[in-house]
Amino acid sequence: MDFSLSMEHEILRKSVRDFSEKEIKPVARELDEKEEFSYDTMRAMAGLGLFGMFVSEEYEGQGMDYISYIIATEEIARVDGSHAATIAAGNSLGTGPLYYYGTEEQKRKYLPEACRGETLWAFGLTEPNAGSDAGNTQTTAILDGDEWVINGSKIFITNGATDITAGTVSLCRTGTRKDGKPELTCIVVEKGTPGFEAREMHGKLMWRASNTSELYFDDCRVPKENLLGPIGDGFHQMLGTLDGGRLSIAAMGLGGAQGAFEMGMKYSKERVQFGRPISTFQVNAFKLADMATEIECARLLLYKACWLRDNEKPFAKHAAMAKLYCSEVMGMCVDHAVQLHGGYGLMKEYDIERFYRDHKLLEIGEGTSEVQRIVISRLIDAV
Amino acid sequence: MNIIVLIKQVPDTTEIKIDPKTGTLIREGVESIINPDDRHASIINPDDRHAIELAVSLKQDHGGKARVISMGPPQTIDAISEALGMGIDEGILLTDRNFGGADTWATAYTLGKTIEKIKKYDLVICGRQAIDGDTAQIGPQVAEFLNLPQLTYVTQVEQINEKRIVVQRALEDGYERMESPLPVLITVIGEINKPRHPRVDFLINACKDKANIKIWDAADLGVTVQEIGLGGSLTRVIKTFSPKIKRGGEILKGNKEEVVNQLIDRLHEKHFI
Repeated sequence: MDFSLSMEHEILRKSVRDFSEKEIKPVARELDEKEEFSYDTMRAMAGLGLFGMFVSEEYEGQGMDYISYIIATEEIARVDGSHAATIAAGNSLGTGPLYYYGTEEQKRKYLPEACRGETLWAFGLTEPNAGSDAGNTQTTAILDGDEWVINGSKIFITNGATDITAGTVSLCRTGTRKDGKPELTCIVVEKGTPGFEAREMHGKLMWRASNTSELYFDDCRVPKENLLGPIGDGFHQMLGTLDGGRLSIAAMGLGGAQGAFEMGMKYSKERVQFGRPISTFQVNAFKLADMATEIECARLLLYKACWLRDNEKPFAKHAAMAKLYCSEVMGMCVDHAVQLHGGYGLMKEYDIERFYRDHKLLEIGEGTSEVQRIVISRLIDAV
Repeated sequence: MNIIVLIKQVPDTTEIKIDPKTGTLIREGVESIINPDDRHASIINPDDRHAIELAVSLKQDHGGKARVISMGPPQTIDAISEALGMGIDEGILLTDRNFGGADTWATAYTLGKTIEKIKKYDLVICGRQAIDGDTAQIGPQVAEFLNLPQLTYVTQVEQINEKRIVVQRALEDGYERMESPLPVLITVIGEINKPRHPRVDFLINACKDKANIKIWDAADLGVTVQEIGLGGSLTRVIKTFSPKIKRGGEILKGNKEEVVNQLIDRLHEKHFI
């Protein structure tokens, strides 16, 4: 067994960390406060090559393995959740479905710009009445001659309404299967298609500098060939996409936990009460010890899940476990870190306040913790 | 357009503190981006990053090839890899024990010989000066060696084509627009651009054995030991020391009016007003 990362992974981590510290950390707090998606940091992240990380060089991606993408996401999340969300949604939900399930023509048309970070793609899955129950998708697509006519709406869609969003791959009900269940198919809808509208959502608790949107389809007509893969493959594609997406959320949990731990450590070493740094009180030192231990466990679990994926072994169970565990570890770490900060931890002038809020999404997005437990319990044959 | 950038690897002075007692560098606890085991925080000289950025952006706009050349110990390859990560096409590392101890004369000679060997170039770009030596001599000396026109303290490249370049240079009290035929050597200052971070996949490839980096020694350049390094240097460093800073403050005496008049006279004297 060898737990060391390769030279490539170490270089990647260092360079993304260096970039995050210099370019994202200084602006993250203000963007969060203004609830603003930054095109400047978006361009900078694109320049680093963070938007087509596992897409092959043929489509202008970086052609790296999945763990590389996970390390990059982790390092961005170490300084800011919103920016990590932009990267994660850009890769696993944006380029991911087009790359894995798109036709050659779709890949050539859409991927190079997306990999260069000039465009973003949104994965339209969640609906107002189809959250955990994604099979209950109510957006419909009906074939009319050579066109699909789409009606319905999507909600909480990351990267859906930026100025550079090129469109969405959305899950639609295209009919009923023989077993009576809905036939679901992913359809590509380009921005600017009449009847398609994306609206930015505001008033968020977390990820305030990432773009969250509602998508509306009102008799929206797209060419017949805009199907992503074969008809009826949508549910399968969605599950596959989410397996990868879970690793992204896990990476954000791990990176966020690491960031919170470092902030808690730094503050408690500097803060003096009763004549000594508060980190030297056992009650606080134990908090730091617990955080460090949990982070180590989370990293091992997540990296193992990535290793399974990169080695083309089944990884769905480990992905669900990593998503569940890493997001909950971040919850524990932000809670401890705010506690270590005392009253200052409740103030916006300390980044830990933002981390405390940003964390909550991770137990909800891309499958709640409850759904992860359902997935795991099925995969271990408990139910 | 063929561009050559001359870069230097220097200690990261933002990360390194000077021991006030001994006057030497404290190098503990700092890591380089590329080599985590390298406890000596070495970076590309800040002005040289701007030179690399200019080369990469000119190449993107006008096509051609951009090379970096750096002279130094073997670990200087890290600086070259980083430049390749930023989009430079090829690196040349000049490393040889006999290059060691070179002053600016011997360094400029060695770099000049390297550029002569490359032959085909339109533009040589240097950073204004290195943060360790602060001489700002290498650019001008290389230009003299190659008998090239030189434009120093460049803040903007306004126009460039195959035959000529128009730049804006910073003077003490303003800017100057100058035109030169190519080939030309320019030195740039930080104001000119914001250097990009390396692209992760370029950087990783640049750190592999197959990276496009040539390693040349004295024999490759066809130079003799008397011409390079300590042997080829015209100057000798006898001693280095930290300057004792004296703040020459002066208190003007008198009533309000007198003091203000004295101050105004003094400002006139110094040509500040």
